[in-house]
Amino acid sequence: MAPVIEVRDLVKRYRKGTVNAVDGVSFEVEPGQFFALLGPNGAGKTTTISILTTTLGLTSGSVRIAGHDVAREASAVRREVGIIFQNPSLDMNLNGEENIRIHAVLYRLYPYRPLFRLMPKAYRLQVQELAGVVGLGADVFKPVRRLSGGMRRKLEIIRGLMHHPRVLFLDEPTIGLDTASRRNLWRYITDLRKQRDITICLTTHQLEEAEDADRVCIIDRGRVVAIGSPGEVKSELVQETLHIDAADRGALRSRLAALQVPFSEDGHFVIRLDGRSAYDVVRSIDQPLTMLRTKSATLEDAYLKLLAAEDG
Amino acid sequence: MVELNAISAIAGRDLLKFFRDPGRLIAAVVFPFAMIFLLGGTLQLNLGKSAGFNFIGFTFTGFLGMTLFQSTAQGLTSLMEDRLNDFAQELFVSPVSRYSIVFGKIIGETLVAIMQVIPFVIFAVMLRVPLTPMHIALLVPVALLSCFMGGAFGLLLLNTMSDSRASNQIFNFVFLPQYFLAGLISPINVLPWYLAVLSLLSPMRYVIDLARGVVFAGTPQYDRVVLLSPATNIVVLAAMLVVFLVAGTALFVRRETNR
Repeated sequence: MAPVIEVRDLVKRYRKGTVNAVDGVSFEVEPGQFFALLGPNGAGKTTTISILTTTLGLTSGSVRIAGHDVAREASAVRREVGIIFQNPSLDMNLNGEENIRIHAVLYRLYPYRPLFRLMPKAYRLQVQELAGVVGLGADVFKPVRRLSGGMRRKLEIIRGLMHHPRVLFLDEPTIGLDTASRRNLWRYITDLRKQRDITICLTTHQLEEAEDADRVCIIDRGRVVAIGSPGEVKSELVQETLHIDAADRGALRSRLAALQVPFSEDGHFVIRLDGRSAYDVVRSIDQPLTMLRTKSATLEDAYLKLLAAEDG
Repeated sequence: MVELNAISAIAGRDLLKFFRDPGRLIAAVVFPFAMIFLLGGTLQLNLGKSAGFNFIGFTFTGFLGMTLFQSTAQGLTSLMEDRLNDFAQELFVSPVSRYSIVFGKIIGETLVAIMQVIPFVIFAVMLRVPLTPMHIALLVPVALLSCFMGGAFGLLLLNTMSDSRASNQIFNFVFLPQYFLAGLISPINVLPWYLAVLSLLSPMRYVIDLARGVVFAGTPQYDRVVLLSPATNIVVLAAMLVVFLVAGTALFVRRETNR
């Protein structure tokens, strides 16, 4: 199946810039995948997303979205993508439905009418259905100023989905949201992926949000420093460890040495699993343990290790 | 047709924002009252006889032209505000032509400016400025041309601004001198040569003079008040409109995509 996003040797240097904000980035995303673009502030994530969504011109390289070149077929690309921006892009002077209505008209879905009740029936039904799905209900008719941060994000998502995009770009979608709103939003996005088979391209600082991604791409200083599934990236960079302790530490130390298991001591014994199962290691230790826990690598561990290596 | 819908939506948004802003609605009534009743009335009482023309009609046409021109020009800078508030992102990622975005803004701000001058016309009629239905009918195309001119001028200025603070400074610098050079409240029949040159470069001069040409047409005061024939004003404004609109739109589109 042809990739829905193809980025080849992408370079962007801003007019007044002295270095490339994006410096030879390449990646592909398959249809229906959940793809996460990660990196520290200033790494080039938002610049990359802006180019992919046609709001920024590229300096060199090529980008194709759903088969359309972003430089030559910008209008066709815009019809295929939905975007939830890092900074809310709602008009605070309008109500939620009016924001959606402008979007629907700009995306050529419906003719413009100055009042909701004058809009075509199909539009009215679509708005009410989507408002129900995300739990906004009648609040969709409230002034945007009076909606909470979480509700505004949901409103932006409804708006971004009105034209049935093939790719949904989420640029730091949960920034400024409380834990409950963030969890609620991700539940909705996960359901959406299942229902609509939509490709999701996420940038985020909340690395736990990328744990469920099919692929992650970590960029730093405009370059790709790691790409693969979260499992691949983690296993390359961070070891899973087993943490144990015993009343008779001398006996445990001797036993581990006899088993030829690499370990270190840090108030207790830390064993690098190196692909072994924790169960097999524990089963081979024939003495009572006073402590037993495993530590799985997180994407955040991998990410921090990678960035530390880049800085070093 | 598709682009017309987009233009309507962008224009409709501006009109809706105007009607939802109580401050702007109150100002749209208080400002004309102050300018026509207080300023115009005072000037008429003190200078009307010696000037030899109706100062209320003079200030009415001055503020009518100024409001149409300046309101639309300033309205275009809301594209700057949109960009800062990131609503512009929503506009610029949509599959609508950049030209439609600009035209939608100009049409929307034109409608807002026309709403703002309605109280001027009502107060002028109340103060017996001789406005016939024919005058008012002729002022409609004059208002449209003045607003389009203001929109094109605002678009050109927009490309020189980096933020809304710069926008305020540039607007003061650009508009304040025009109040005097365009003869907003005082006649400019006689000017030293260097001010006469600057006056000829001021777009607001042609907008105000065109409004005066319509309102004072057929009156004995016409030659004292009106500087150029309406036809000349229309030709100059049309030429400026084309130049400002083409240059302003091209610069705006280029600046948005080549940041």
